[in-house]
Amino acid sequence: MSELLLRFLIGGVVVSAFAVIGDIFKPKSFGGLFGAAPSVALATLALTIAKDGRSYAALEARSMLAEAFGLLLYALVVSRLLMHRQISAFAATVVSMPVWFAAAFVFWEMFLR
Amino acid sequence: MLIKTDWSILRRTKWNDYAVRFLLGGTITAVAGLIAKEFGPVIGGLFLAFPAVFPATATLSEKREKERKSSKGLSGEKRGRQVAAAEAAGTAMGCIGLIAFAFIFWRELPSWRLSLLFPTAVIVWAVMAATIWFARKRLRPRPKSTSS
Repeated sequence: MSELLLRFLIGGVVVSAFAVIGDIFKPKSFGGLFGAAPSVALATLALTIAKDGRSYAALEARSMLAEAFGLLLYALVVSRLLMHRQISAFAATVVSMPVWFAAAFVFWEMFLR
Repeated sequence: MLIKTDWSILRRTKWNDYAVRFLLGGTITAVAGLIAKEFGPVIGGLFLAFPAVFPATATLSEKREKERKSSKGLSGEKRGRQVAAAEAAGTAMGCIGLIAFAFIFWRELPSWRLSLLFPTAVIVWAVMAATIWFARKRLRPRPKSTSS
């Protein structure tokens, strides 16, 4: 339980920090770079290395490498939707989530399984 | 200079907007840990690139832009969407840096000193993300009306 709480707190802090940095920058396309900051990754990898060792964490990084392409795809779809459809940012980011999950599944099937 | 900073945004951001992102970030990090524990590091690792706070951040940018426009008596619907779209395009560019970050961790984690690995990976992410952003700006200059 305490490990879960620790993950929650460290994740919250790192994610918030990158989100605030992204807020400060203009134009927004530059601020958007921070939406792809390795925030959850930094928090998780540090804790995982401490607890489960380096080779375990390296396996996580390999999966992350695959799914970073999924995030790329997801962000492109969101951007296209917002440019060409009358849809709110919240709706666009949520309805595009299946793109992320589909990419995760495909990468797992193709490279990681 | 192409890039500006606006520190006043920190004061204008409401406490619940900070709280939402803290909660989402904390939750996904905790959940990624649980998934790794349950299904192993290969599945767990996928969630290190989950767009956890992305909906919250994009919504916030859209809302701010709408408010800015309506304070001038204009409808900000379309402009809000454009800003959120630009932000998402930025996130896609940042992903190239994220791919490099993950690659370095995957290949070098077993051998490098951690005190060297963490800063190197973060710097490589930042440099690649910024390089791609500037390169795109240079190759595809946008008309002024949609440049922010």
